[in-house]
Amino acid sequence: MDNLDSMEKVSVEHLNFYYGDKVALADISIPIRERHITALIGPSGCGKSTFLRCLNRMNDTIRGTRVEGQVLLDGKNVYGRDTDVVEVRRRVGMVFQRPNPFPQSIFDNVAFGPRVLGLERGMNLASIVEESLRGAALWDEVKDKLKQDALSISLGQQQRLCIARTIAVKPEVILMDEPCSALDPIATLQVEELMRSLKQDYTIVIVTHNMQQAARVSDWTGFFWLGRLVEFNATETIFTRPGEKLTEDYITGRAG
Amino acid sequence: MGRTSFERELKRLQDEVVALGEMVERAIIESVEILKRRDQEAARHLIAADRSINEARFAIENDALVLIARQQPMAGDLRMITAVLEIATELERMGDYAKGIAKIVLKMGNRPHIKPLIDIPRMAEKARDMLHEALQAFIEHNAESARAIPAEDNEIDALYNQIYRELMTYVIADPSIIQQTSYLIWVAHNLERAADRVINICERVIFTVTGEMVELDGGEEEGGDVEETE
Repeated sequence: MDNLDSMEKVSVEHLNFYYGDKVALADISIPIRERHITALIGPSGCGKSTFLRCLNRMNDTIRGTRVEGQVLLDGKNVYGRDTDVVEVRRRVGMVFQRPNPFPQSIFDNVAFGPRVLGLERGMNLASIVEESLRGAALWDEVKDKLKQDALSISLGQQQRLCIARTIAVKPEVILMDEPCSALDPIATLQVEELMRSLKQDYTIVIVTHNMQQAARVSDWTGFFWLGRLVEFNATETIFTRPGEKLTEDYITGRAG
Repeated sequence: MGRTSFERELKRLQDEVVALGEMVERAIIESVEILKRRDQEAARHLIAADRSINEARFAIENDALVLIARQQPMAGDLRMITAVLEIATELERMGDYAKGIAKIVLKMGNRPHIKPLIDIPRMAEKARDMLHEALQAFIEHNAESARAIPAEDNEIDALYNQIYRELMTYVIADPSIIQQTSYLIWVAHNLERAADRVINICERVIFTVTGEMVELDGGEEEGGDVEETE
């Protein structure tokens, strides 16, 4: 078993989230540990994606929403008054359910973030692109077609390209919202393998409907139900000896 | 319901375990009956029949593996299936003890017993009863009952010690029967070991129900340490 002692990279404390008057998340507290993979599981509509989007303030873009409680990134509240949201989103990157490369070349996709943020000043853009593609385990497959349209490669490759695009801006945390749900089993395993190598450098939080995936890749698992966090524990405990009956019922397919 | 066919498969696996358990219960009682009658033919038959116990055990293992591969069970379901694998192994070994007793019958030949067998059949019945209760606890998911069963092993250990002392007294009186006496002690030892394996089954039942890995104590003393009790 991996050593589970690690610093808290993100500490979520008593988080409540509302869509208008409707409570979507109630009193969620989770320690997200540095360079570990934390999986969030639960049935559709349980709030796990909403929770994920709270971590880098992606929900800010939805009108009528409201947040209470704290999300501390390295001890500093991302909902604090003096917080630079763009900087939060650079430090906390996101990968979505369907691969969403820009309709540009492979190279330009990866170079997009560094260009926008001006990261390429003083650094060779080509080397940032190469390093990011290598980090996403895609370099060998695309190094000879960097000028090719990103939409011409396979879906699995597109998803790894999106991961390369995310890590190109040197984030610290990567949020993944069902990153494999559009991928075939081989591409899924490639992304999972990639996640294991990425956790050497990044803190990863993944939302997944696939419990076997959570069991395979994560160190920690949180189970959400109707906007509440029912149980949070080491993954191996959750899947072999869950503490709550509701967790047991969900992961064995009795409920949800 | 998404679990209907899975539940059916799980139930079938449990039924297979119970069926194997019944085979073993019968083999234990029968081995001692055969010993009482010194029935060489029946002993050979029981030894051959051990193969079907082994086959049943492999069938359970295979079905458990298929269920794991096809259903990817989690939590309580997963614990149940791993317990089935362990329990099937314990049962198969208990079957081997019964076979071992039949082999002793062949070694003893049809010379009359040095004394009427009373405590050995009692040991066999007690071991059979404990096994029956343990499998009942397994089927009923009854951790409390699984925790209570090992205390009954005291009775097995007491019988074993009693048999040992009694046979020693016979040997001291007449050293020429030492061979016959040792054979009977082997038989008692096999039964004592069989009862110990029931305790392992009880541990698996508790694991299945609660997720807790416990080591249950049988009697106050290990029956196998009988030499040291005097």
